[in-house]
Amino acid sequence: MKSSRNVMTFAGGIHPHGDGKSLSCYTPVQTAPLLDKYLVILAQNAGKAPVPVVKKGDTVKKYQLLAQADGVISANLHSPTSGVVSDIREIQGTMGVPTPAIEITSDGLDEGASPFDPITDWKNVDVEQLKQRVVEAGIVGMGGASFPTHVKLSPPEGKTVDTLILNGAECEPYLTADHRLMQEFPEKVIRGAAIFGRILNIKNIFVGVEINKLDAIAALEHYAEEYGVKVAYLRVRYPQGSEKQLINAITGRTVKSGTLPMDAGCVVQNVATCAALDDAVTLGIPLVERIVTVTGEVVVHPGNFKLKIGTPALEAVRFAGGITEEPGKLVFGGPMMGFAQRSFQVPVCKNTSGILLIPQKQAYNFESSGCIHCGRCVQGCPMHLVPCLLSTAIEAGRFDLAEANHVMDCMECGSCAYVCPDHRPLVQNVRRAKAELRKQMNANKEK
Amino acid sequence: MTLYTALIVMGLLGLTLGAIIGVFVKLFKVEQDNRAELALELLPGANCGGCGKAGCADFARALAAGEVMPGNCPVSSLEQRAAIALALEIDAGSVARKQAVVCCRADIGAEEMNYNGIQDCNAANLVAGGPTTCRYGCLGLGSCARVCPFGAIEIIGRVAVVHPELCTGCGQCARICPRNVIKMVPANANIHVYCNSPEKAAVKRSLCKAGCLGCRKCEKLLPGKIKFDGLLAVVDYDATDAITPADIEKCNCPVHGIMTEKERCAVAREAAGGKRV
Amino acid sequence: MSDVVNDNIKLPTGEKLVLSSSPHLSSGSSLRKIMGGVLLALVPQIAASVWLFGIKALFIIVYTAVCCVAAEALWCKLADKDVWRNISDCSACVTGVLLAMCLPVTVPLYVPPLGAVLAIWLAKQVYGGIGNNPFNPALVARVGLLIALPAAMTLWTPSRGMKQMDYPEKQLFYTAENIQKISNKENVDGVSCATPLGAMKNIEKIPGRSEDAVNNFADLDSWEMIARYAIGDRAGCLGETCAPALILGFFILVALNLINWKVPVIFVGTVAFITGMVNIICPGISPNALFHVLNGGLLLGAIFMATDMVTSPITGRGCAVFACGCGILTSVIRLWGNYPEGVSFAILFMNALVPLIDRWCGKRPFGYVAKR
Repeated sequence: MKSSRNVMTFAGGIHPHGDGKSLSCYTPVQTAPLLDKYLVILAQNAGKAPVPVVKKGDTVKKYQLLAQADGVISANLHSPTSGVVSDIREIQGTMGVPTPAIEITSDGLDEGASPFDPITDWKNVDVEQLKQRVVEAGIVGMGGASFPTHVKLSPPEGKTVDTLILNGAECEPYLTADHRLMQEFPEKVIRGAAIFGRILNIKNIFVGVEINKLDAIAALEHYAEEYGVKVAYLRVRYPQGSEKQLINAITGRTVKSGTLPMDAGCVVQNVATCAALDDAVTLGIPLVERIVTVTGEVVVHPGNFKLKIGTPALEAVRFAGGITEEPGKLVFGGPMMGFAQRSFQVPVCKNTSGILLIPQKQAYNFESSGCIHCGRCVQGCPMHLVPCLLSTAIEAGRFDLAEANHVMDCMECGSCAYVCPDHRPLVQNVRRAKAELRKQMNANKEK
Repeated sequence: MTLYTALIVMGLLGLTLGAIIGVFVKLFKVEQDNRAELALELLPGANCGGCGKAGCADFARALAAGEVMPGNCPVSSLEQRAAIALALEIDAGSVARKQAVVCCRADIGAEEMNYNGIQDCNAANLVAGGPTTCRYGCLGLGSCARVCPFGAIEIIGRVAVVHPELCTGCGQCARICPRNVIKMVPANANIHVYCNSPEKAAVKRSLCKAGCLGCRKCEKLLPGKIKFDGLLAVVDYDATDAITPADIEKCNCPVHGIMTEKERCAVAREAAGGKRV
Repeated sequence: MSDVVNDNIKLPTGEKLVLSSSPHLSSGSSLRKIMGGVLLALVPQIAASVWLFGIKALFIIVYTAVCCVAAEALWCKLADKDVWRNISDCSACVTGVLLAMCLPVTVPLYVPPLGAVLAIWLAKQVYGGIGNNPFNPALVARVGLLIALPAAMTLWTPSRGMKQMDYPEKQLFYTAENIQKISNKENVDGVSCATPLGAMKNIEKIPGRSEDAVNNFADLDSWEMIARYAIGDRAGCLGETCAPALILGFFILVALNLINWKVPVIFVGTVAFITGMVNIICPGISPNALFHVLNGGLLLGAIFMATDMVTSPITGRGCAVFACGCGILTSVIRLWGNYPEGVSFAILFMNALVPLIDRWCGKRPFGYVAKR
């Protein structure tokens, strides 16, 4: 294993110039004022959506359970504030398709007691109790994939996990939510990591942080030793925060294609997830708010805001002082992997790390006249694929060829399309192929 | 002398090679089914896949093997089917000919959305649920038009329109459409309800002004000719008493969603300002 | 939603939201910038050619470039493509300048338009335009012209220094009649001469030399001559002579990240290695390696033609194989072929193998174990 003092990285990837982080990384996290209405989308986790346990007209307190997890790969949902369930209806979801959501009309009091007992003595309590708390508090991966965290805490028989890695790389341009979180609440992050370490019985805990966040690193190191956590310095390179690349950079291990990080003996958690776990354990409060970066060149006061789950994007923009000109694109998440939204009414979810407004002149970024085989996408691909040839095959309808060239290994990080001088929609082609191949796979299964 | 040597050598060579070829022809003879070849000649040869087989040759083999009937070819005319049946001495079978219809009028009812990316319906449908206001409507990027072996689909404005006189009902377009907005209907029907959204009227109204409101006026006025699939009116193609243009006027749909194919085409052209895209 | 209405805050309406797939950022590079970079890297050599061959060189370069752009525009017009979009990426302009680099300064004025049609129509647009051509358009045009119009394409005139009386070893490059003309300073501009590579091929025809004499090339690759070749003071195409200018172009291309540095280095290295070894083992066949590196179109081809993104392999390993193949073929054609120069044929031949090389030299994706 490499020493944690070295600056680590992986092969491939890109270095986005002008990463826009300075727009929002210097202002402290602000807590957003209370809103009238919150729209809590039910399906906020990967897997099955939870089942609502409240109905229209019910009065709810803050932190009260709104929906109960349905099965193992599912997560509980809690009320972000006190008020009345004014409606349960379909709204525009973060993926563009209508999805059921619970509308909470606030009573303006924002009151409610924490539903769980704080576990201050987490170092000695039964591990099952801690695991139970993760399930109850509805904690999901807050980096983007929103995979229910408790699933990652129960390694299947025969798999030994010896390393826990906290993902504080935040390699996405423009986003600074994790940066501010690590800088302002380092103890929460580190303690959350230690609790994860206790649950998984791991002593080998790393926090990977890119070295463009030296202030955050300093803050983390202040607490790191106390909780037995090591801070790993990472080179500023996109996608340093991708699970497989992070594991490779810090431990030198390679997660084999088609396997999970657990198979390489690693578990990766986002720093925001750790902070949420710390809240759930030491304070006894479920996951109902998160730090969101509201940013973009057209935002008046870009910054980080503690937003309740269910805050519509429009209100988040209002907190950030509004806009200077009409944006050309609204993106949830970072600019490299985030999703373009259809309207400003889409609410913040557990995995929304950023709300990014892109100016109109940058909104049309795909215009292809022909691949010139420059090979920049090949150099940039962190999975060492050949995106240009994949895309050409897909455009010709040769999904079999794309599959043979490992299109399924692509993680859609967007490095290829970022560097493409021809502005080809390479990632969209890959998505198309993946959808088509999954369809074929399902059809074969049915046969 | 040289001349004779050359003649003898070439003659022997020719004989030997000819003999080898003859032997190999006997040894590796592939049993050809004359019936399949005959059927293949009589089939339309569009290789459209509408029958569910991998092209006409595959269908011809299936015909010869008696697995399918000539009527299973959706593209062939009645005369062609009869000819095949006669040639193979089998029953023609009867499968009603179909045609495709794009049940959407987003070009006149819905706002156009800004989209930047691959000009392909299946790819576009993956971006934020597809760049249309209504998620059941036609995307208008022409995947169906590109896949149609007969050139029967035209993108007029930003919605696909089927030209029924060219459509043979092979169903390729319906298979590739990510929105399932292309319906396969009996070929003799020429009046359809041009909407595909099963959503509530209030939701639909906010997305598209041309969507079926589900008011059930048509069902009441034209009993047995129009039925309801949830909240969406559809023409009952199995009705004994088919819907007529006079019925459209009688019903007077509030969104004019019931129309003939000809009218639909004219409306689309008018909306697109006569320009072809 | 909120009842706190603040009129000072401008809120988005969301009317102009664009839907697109991620990523939503772009590095800002474009075809036009890449082609502009290549043109920039060609500027030193353009200047050198004007210095060596006179102002007519600049005219030929501009004329050829204009011909290529016109050919591109005409094709796009006829093929119903967007004319401005196709010519504004400057690729036709780059092709034109590169083609001009492969022409002698004496080239008749009907040749560049022919070359432009060959390059843009036959070598590029029939394959579907930019990015789809398997062969380098400029080289296709050069080879096409060389085969169709050999006289016009190989009529070399002396460079600046060769017109002076003190140019060494004149008898190798001029006929006796022309030497007389130069010494009399009469009609110096009209005389023709041979390139060093041409002189190398014809050396045994000079009276008093035999085919297998050991010191055949002693006067061709002496240090004095090498110094002349190095500054480009020799007969040859417009763009191939001045080594320092071409090497400056190489550094510009590498600095702008427009080429894989391996291709020129390995290409030139392979040629130097093979010719050097042959020179050491049997000096009667080949002059020394420096002669081969500095003469002919090797540097131009290695730096500007073999590195053409469209027609070279994608991966680094593939580029190494490609460059190595180019080097071997060039050496073989130069030493044992009929043509004095083999760079263009070598590159075109290797262009044809690029899809295969790409296939063989693919990368192993992350997370896969090496096959043993």
